[in-house]
Parts: sequence; structure tokens; C-alpha cells
Amino acid sequence: MNIGFYPGCSLTGTSKEYNESLVAVATSCGITLQEIGEWNCCGASSAHALNHELALLLPSRILALAEQQGFTELLIPCAACYSRIATAQHQLLQDAKLLAEVSEILKIKFTATIKLFNPLKFLSEKILPLIEDKIKNKLNLKVSCYYGCLLVRPPQIMKTERFEDPVVMENILAKCGAYPIDWNFKTECCGASLSIARGDISSKLSMRILRDAADKKAEVVAVACPMCHSNLDMRRPDINSLLTAKIDIPVLFITQLIGMALGIPAEKLGLHRHFVKNDKMVSNVYSQNKVECPA
Amino acid sequence: MSRIGVFICHCGENIASTVDCESVAKSASEIPGVSFSIDYKYMCSDPGQSKIKNAIIEHKLNGVVVAACSPRMHEPTFRKACAEAGLNPYLCEMANIREHCSWVHPKGEETTFKAFEILRMLVEKVKRNTKLLPIKVPVTKTAIVLGGGVAGIQAALDIANAGHKVLMIEKDPSIGGHMAMLSETFPTLDCSQCILTPRMVEVAQHPNITLYNYAELESLDGFIGNFKARIRLKAKSVDPKICTACGVCWSKCPVKKIPDEFNTGLSKRTAIYVPFPQAVPNKPVIDRTQCTYFVKNGKCGVCKKLCPASAIDFETKDEIIEVNAGAVVVATGFEIKHTDFFPEYGYGRYKDVIDGLQFERLASASGPTLGEIKRPSDGKVPETIVFIACAGSRDKAKGIEYCSKICCMYTAKHAMLYKHKFHEGKAYVFYIDIRANGKNYDEFVRRTIEEDDVNYIRGRVSRIYESNGKLIVKGVDTLLNAQPVEIEADMVVLATAIVANADSESVAQKLHIGYDKHHFLSEAHPKLRPVETNTGGIFLAGACQAPKDIPESVSQGSAAASKVTILFSNDELTREPQVAFVNRTFPPQYSSCTGCLLCIPVCPYKAIEKEEIKNRNGEVVKTVAYVNGGLCQGCGTCVAFCRNKSIDIQGFTNEQMFTEVMALNF
Amino acid sequence: MEDFEPKLAAFVCNWCTYAGADLTGTSRMKYPSNVRILRFPCTGRIDFMLVMKAFDSGVDGLIVSGCHPNDCHYTSGNFHAQRRWVVFKEVLDIMGFDTRRIFFTWVSAAEGAKWAKVVTDAVEELKKLGPYSEFKKILLKKLQFPLDNKTADREIKTEPVIS
Repeated sequence: MNIGFYPGCSLTGTSKEYNESLVAVATSCGITLQEIGEWNCCGASSAHALNHELALLLPSRILALAEQQGFTELLIPCAACYSRIATAQHQLLQDAKLLAEVSEILKIKFTATIKLFNPLKFLSEKILPLIEDKIKNKLNLKVSCYYGCLLVRPPQIMKTERFEDPVVMENILAKCGAYPIDWNFKTECCGASLSIARGDISSKLSMRILRDAADKKAEVVAVACPMCHSNLDMRRPDINSLLTAKIDIPVLFITQLIGMALGIPAEKLGLHRHFVKNDKMVSNVYSQNKVECPA
Repeated sequence: MSRIGVFICHCGENIASTVDCESVAKSASEIPGVSFSIDYKYMCSDPGQSKIKNAIIEHKLNGVVVAACSPRMHEPTFRKACAEAGLNPYLCEMANIREHCSWVHPKGEETTFKAFEILRMLVEKVKRNTKLLPIKVPVTKTAIVLGGGVAGIQAALDIANAGHKVLMIEKDPSIGGHMAMLSETFPTLDCSQCILTPRMVEVAQHPNITLYNYAELESLDGFIGNFKARIRLKAKSVDPKICTACGVCWSKCPVKKIPDEFNTGLSKRTAIYVPFPQAVPNKPVIDRTQCTYFVKNGKCGVCKKLCPASAIDFETKDEIIEVNAGAVVVATGFEIKHTDFFPEYGYGRYKDVIDGLQFERLASASGPTLGEIKRPSDGKVPETIVFIACAGSRDKAKGIEYCSKICCMYTAKHAMLYKHKFHEGKAYVFYIDIRANGKNYDEFVRRTIEEDDVNYIRGRVSRIYESNGKLIVKGVDTLLNAQPVEIEADMVVLATAIVANADSESVAQKLHIGYDKHHFLSEAHPKLRPVETNTGGIFLAGACQAPKDIPESVSQGSAAASKVTILFSNDELTREPQVAFVNRTFPPQYSSCTGCLLCIPVCPYKAIEKEEIKNRNGEVVKTVAYVNGGLCQGCGTCVAFCRNKSIDIQGFTNEQMFTEVMALNF
Repeated sequence: MEDFEPKLAAFVCNWCTYAGADLTGTSRMKYPSNVRILRFPCTGRIDFMLVMKAFDSGVDGLIVSGCHPNDCHYTSGNFHAQRRWVVFKEVLDIMGFDTRRIFFTWVSAAEGAKWAKVVTDAVEELKKLGPYSEFKKILLKKLQFPLDNKTADREIKTEPVIS
């Protein structure tokens, strides 16, 4: 199975491990992710805050290229890229005149009807049915699934059910033998948009997320967004400076957790690339920890 | 032979300043069939009307056209004048040469010519007018009141006290509605049950009121003054005539874990039950969906064995009765959204996030806690309560744009009651706006804030979550420099939106009345006909029409009752005869109607039915459509739909309209 | 064509557009005097044969106007009128009738200004389109259509029914 793949900037930089683990999981399931040629920036944050036209044209070009290169399905793992591209698609499909104008500017004729996959949709629709009998290591971890904002919002465009309390990640990780916990901050803001200008606010917001996860006895936080990850992982020293009791819960991409369950070697999943130490937890999983998790 | 009289009004200067009325009158006299034509300064004045009356008598006129203002203004005036002179009023038409001509065009020949042409069209039309007689329909002086809440109770008592029979239909075992559930009422803090239960008893004992509790309306046919209703009397399994309400059955019933609807699920009831101690009628019914005898095929039967009066009969069945009535008052009330409507406030999974109605039961002296405010989860008295107004209301994202109207007041009342019962407690209210627009309402809210120290925070709540046994309420204070606020609460009360009953759409369809996009029932006019519906003889009272508080519901109940008594003050009703009719010839086989009956589904009033024409042997020789003149409102949609012009409408017949069009004659 | 004054009729419902046109008058707004208003109880009453008859009587254009959707005094007459118009327009188009000359619109009892605009716009549009002398020709030609067009492809082919 071939599916178009748009990595975006984060997956080639700060979230290399997301890319590595996603590709590793897809490959082990027999799915080839084919990067679309000549892709450009999706325009997240910088473009849509300053120039509406550019904010539409940049993601439109990605849609147009994917269609031109013969893809019918496109996977966009980064939550921000997905949000931009899905929003552009939503706009283009609402307005035939706009679509014609955009086609004209891009000099590519396209219909913008390509089927988009965000990581959660990809994992639950494409991967989940294939991994049932491939689980080698039951995760046996209490996991708090963190969605952040862009994966589920705005609901009109993302078409998410239960956007106030999504359960997609929980369902996937439960299949991998993890124990998703009920917690309160799964869709709260991590402060990503302020992480450069007002790092102090981001730290405070991220701290509250981690504090609730820790209160609810989570052993790992699963994420599916590069920004969420960098805020919860890279910013940990700042976060801990706000707390009396330090938090050392690792933050992993959901694809890394699935990869571990599938028995893919840790190096291939980029598990060494994190700031918060996870080696003990990882080795526990790989050493086939058969002890049932206490409830 | 037409002898039409034409009367052109100057309307002072209003018409005469741009239209040469004299020349119009002169030209009109040359139209074939016109035998009299004059112009006059004020046709609607007494001397003007006398000119018309005299001309009718003198010239034996058989048609009158008054060229003056809009027929919407003075048609009744001139038709009445004609009738007084012995001319059938429907042989009088008005040509609108003021609103549609003199006022909108400049002075000139063209305007004068237009006035003449308008007049000519109406002259041609009136030549084809026929005498029409007002339709008389008898009135059945019995009213159905649908719903036994406070609005229905008020309407029923008022109609009954005016001397007419009332049939009250209540779907629950007891009347009383939502008001019976309330603790105290704003702004006076009267005990709700203390003021309502006497009226409930009055309904039950009134000689003119027949109460059908545990019953539902099956269907309603007929028309104003002549409705036929079918009522389903649900099987009670207890004979109310024999039962003494001793209470043995419900104290011994083994099924004890059913959430009590009256106490909003805060307590349990048995399968055989009286909804609350002050219920009217105070006789138990068996809830067959829960009773072991019915669920497990005849096992149990404890109540029957123990009943000292042998009043219990498991074999009774739903019964359908047919009644006649002249009017219907719809007072079916409302529902509220429950806490599970708010995922961000905890999906209904936090026991201590409750709705306003639940708080009413907690605060009620007859409630499950006997009036003590206790948390549903552990029975502790909450030390901090957060009240959230507009939970769902005025929220487009939730699909409810409207204001639920009563929440501001009852939230203030709740906070006040809590503070009165537990002085040390802290109460916070999140609100968007405070809408306290009623007599003594704003004073009440001010008292809550100023005397009872309730903390009002202007802003909305984004999320509620549980942490260390507390409910963390995250919101924003938009007045305090837009700072986010977080309150650790022990209990949260959501003033959830008032919505239409889940079955309101089907009730509206049964009654053939309109409803809005939120399924509230529609009044005929939002300003001038607030208690009538678009269907004659059906009236609205209470919150089935829109969110309302008690005084408003009671006023509307009384208003609906007065509309009913006005209707019942006549023995016969007179209706405008501008109704549709099917061409019938003799012998009926030659009637042009082919019985395709396309007209039946297009009629908005269900006024058209199938009629079978039988010969003397009782064999059907022809099927035709039949228009019930009592139901028809005269829209004429069926006329345009009829494939072979077999239906026509009085006053706007095909002949009249085609003639009028041909008289355009450009 | 400058001197051409189009002849315009308007079929309106009693409850909304007639009252709307009354309001135009009471507000003393001005519009061209080319229009003749005919009152119907409801747009649902408007038989489209009357529309044809109006053109037969020599109008160059016609306004059909009633209550806004959902505002019909008779709850649904305007919906019937609208649906009928959609179908009827197709038929007219096939006949070669110039459907630009029929102005189907909604004017409420509160929209006096809109009524003035509807009439003004219609007159302007008709001035561009010119007199409708074509109508009689269409009427004659198309009415003969089934008679002089008995070609093979229009014959109904009957095939044996296999049961």
C-alpha cells in the first residue's frame, strides 16, 4: 500500500524521532510512505498570522502537488501542518471560485479532494487493524494520552467526535497492552504558540499538564504533535523549576509506543533522542515485563 | 347584465394631488357594464358611504368598485356599507389607487391612466363576483387542556369557572408539572408546593373538569369549534375508584431501585408508586417497564396479594376514548438539558455536577435530603458551590442561541437559598449578563449579591475537572482585566438550557400547528396573537411556546382561557366564505373532478378529504375530492394544483382571476 | 429603444407582498408606474396558466412575489409556488420562452423599500430586453410542435412484453 507523505519541517528537525518511528511502524505493517516531491512549508503560525492569502496558497500547493503526483491519500503527521492543510482544503471545497483562482495562481489544476490523514486517523484506520496479532511486547504502562489543541480542533474542520474528550489514542494504546488513565488535561493548551515569545507562560501551562498526569500516576505521556512534545520534553527543566516535586515522566510519541509494542528495535524508533530519560522504562518493556500492571 | 357602480375617492389630497379623479370617473363610465360613476372627496366618510348606499338602491347596482386606498385598510368598511344597502358584501371590490398608485408615482397623465387601468381590472373582476354567504359552524363548548402544569391548571380553572366543561390530559400519574418540583419561587421565596397544591386539588374537585391523568393525546381531527380527539388512557393497573391510597403496596414493592423522576434521580422509587406525597390524584400506578410482574412474566404480584382493597388489577389494558371539543389549550411545558450535554463540564460523570432542577429538589423541604443541601456523591454539605448560568443557553456552538430566560433568576435564588441554609458557605455565580427584568426581580438579584455575599463573576467556564476530591472550575473573569480564575468547588450547579419537549414535534404534528427550529410551538403572531396558533381554536399556554417563568405561564394560561371563553360565547361561528370548493354537477358522475386527490397532500389544513359518491345500491360510482369549508382557510394552493380546474376558490375564482389578467389588456 | 416603456404585471400574495407594496406607498417611496398589481390570497394560488395568460394579454414582464420562506400566512403556499416555478421554468426554457422576463422573488410586509427596488430593477431589465413581441410566435410555433414533428425518433416504440 502506497500513501503520500508530507513530513513538514518539524519531522525533519526537532521531531526526527517521530518521523523515524512512524516510518518504522508503517513499514512493519507493509505500508510504504512516499514523500511527495518538491513539498514546501505549510505556513503554520507565521503565514496565517500575517497573510491570509499566503496561508491559503502554501498548503494549497501541497494539496495540488500531491494530487498532481497521483496520490489519493495523504498522511500529515504534524498536527500543525495537518491543521493548515485541512483548513485550506475545507476552504477550497466550500468555494469553487476560490479553488479556480488558487489553481490559476499555482498553475496546477486540482480538485482538492484528496483524502487527508492526521496521525490519529492514520493509526486508527490503517495501522490498528494490522497490528492485532503483531504485538510482541505488551506495554504494561499507565499512559496518559495528550491530544493538545490542533489534533481535534476546530471540530467543524477536523470532524472529530467528542472533541472535548477524544479517546482515539486510548483505544490504540489499549490494543498495545498499555493502561490509558482517565485524566483532565488531555485537550488543554501546552502554550506552543508562546514558546518563543513568552517561554514562561508555556512552561506554566505545560507544567499543569504534567502535574495532572503525575497526580493520576501516569508512567508515560503519549503525544502525536511535535509542538506538544517539545514543550513537555525539552522544556522539562523549566517546568521542574516551578515544582517542588520534580516530574520525570517520559513523553513519547504514540508511534514510538506502538513501535515498542511491535518489537521494533529502540534505535530505529529514535528513543535515544529525548531529553527526559526513558531508558529504564524502555528496557522494562523490551525485557518482556510480563508482570500485570496493578490496577 | 352588469350594473356596476364605480366610486373614486380623492382621499382629500392624497389621491387627487397626483391622479385626475374626475377624468378617471369619466373614463370609467364608458367601461361596458358600468352604469354609475362618480368621484368624491372622502368616500369612507359618512356622506361618502351614503352616496354608495343611495346609488346601489337608485341604480339597482349589482356590483361596486371603490377606487381608493388599500383593501387591507377599508374593504370591511365598504363591504359593510354595501350590505346595509342590501347588496351582498362580496360583490364589492376595492381598487387600490392610493398606496399602489398616487403615493408612489408623480402627478401626471401616466399616473391617472394607471389609476384607471387598476380600476378597470377590478371592474372586470367584480362582474364575475358571486354572492357569498358567511359560513356558520356550531361550537362544542368543551375545551381540552393538554398538560397539567401550572399553565394548564390556570387555563383549566379559568375555563371551568366560566361555566364550560374542561378535559385535562396529563401524561404523568399526577398533575403539577415542573412547578410542583420547585423548592421556593423567586422573587418572594414563596414555597412552590404551598401555592400550587391547593390549585391542583381544585382541578381534581371541580365539577366542570374531568381529569385524565396518565393519559396521552392520540390524535386530533376536526376544526375550530368541532374537534374530535382520541385520548389514550394508559393502563394504571390500579383501580383509582377502589384504591384508598393506604400505601401498603408501595411500601412492600420489592423493586426499589428505580431512579425517582420527581426527585430528578436523586432518590429511588418503587415500581408501584405515587410520584410525590401531594400528588393529585393521589393514587398509585404501576410502572410496567419496571414491575417484576410484567418484566418477568407474572412472577411477584406482592402488591396484589397485600392490597386490602383489592384495587390492583394486572390485566387492565390501555384504553382509547373519543371526545368532542371546541377548543384546545396546549400547555405541554418544557424539558431541561441534563449535565451529560456538557462534556467539558464532566460528561455527567461527576456526581456533584448537577443541574438546576436537581438543586431545587435538594433545597426542597419535601426533597430527598429534606431541604438540606448535600452533595449527591457523599452526602456532605458543600462548603463551596459554583453556579454556572447560561449552561448551553446563548451558545451557538451548542445549537441553542436563545436565552432560557429563567436561569438568571433561579440561579440567584439557588445561591441565596444555599447561603440562607449554610451561612459559612461560599457561593460563586458565573454569568454572561444578568437578565432580571420582572417585577421585583432586579432587587432580588441585588439582594443576593449585596446582602447574601454571593460572588458574581462575569465570564464563562471552560472546563471542570476533578482533582483531589475537589471540582476545579476553570473560567475567566472578564471584568477583572480578563484574568483566568480557578475555583475549587465541592459542588457545581449548571443552569442548563430550557429546551422543547422531546416529543414536541410529534405533538405539533398531531395538532396541525407550527413549531420553530428549536421545536417550541409557534404562536400566530409574536406581538399581537401570542396565545393563538395558526390553526383556529388551538391556543398555547406556558413554556411549550418559549421559556417562561411562573407568572408568565399563569398569565398566558389565563389569556388562553379567555380566548377559549370568547370562542364559547357564541353558539355558532361565522367564517369568511372565501374558501375552496370542488365543482359538482348533477348527475355527480359528470363532475369534472377525477379523484386524483393531488389536492389532499398539498392542503396545509387537512381540509380536503376523499368523498365517495354512491348510487342507490351503495356502490361507489365515483371518487371525488371534498373541501371542508370549516377547515379551509382559503389559500388556494389546491386550486393551482388541480389538474383539470375542478377546484376553485370563492372570491378568487379562476374566472375572476383570468378576467382580471385579461383586463391588463396592454 | 430609449422610449420603450415596458408593460409589467405583478402577481402578489395578499399577506406579504401586497402589504409590502402598501408600505411602499405609505412610506411615499417612488417607483416606475409601469406595474399593475394583482392580488392573490397566496402565491400558492398562482396557477401558471395565469402567468401565460398575462403574457398573452401583452405584458413584457411579470413579477411573482410572496412571503419569505417560512413566513407564509398559510404555512406552505409559497413553497408550493417555488417548487412549481422551478419545474415550470424548465418547461418554459424548453419552449424557448425568455424566462428572464419572470421575476420570482419574496417581499415581506415590512419590505416597502425592497418592493420599490424589485419593480425598478424589473423595469430596467425589461428596458434592456425590449418588447416581448416574440411571445405570440413561440406560442403558435410550440403549440404546433407535436403535430408537425411526427418523425421516427418521436414515435413510441412498442416492444413485446416478456413476462
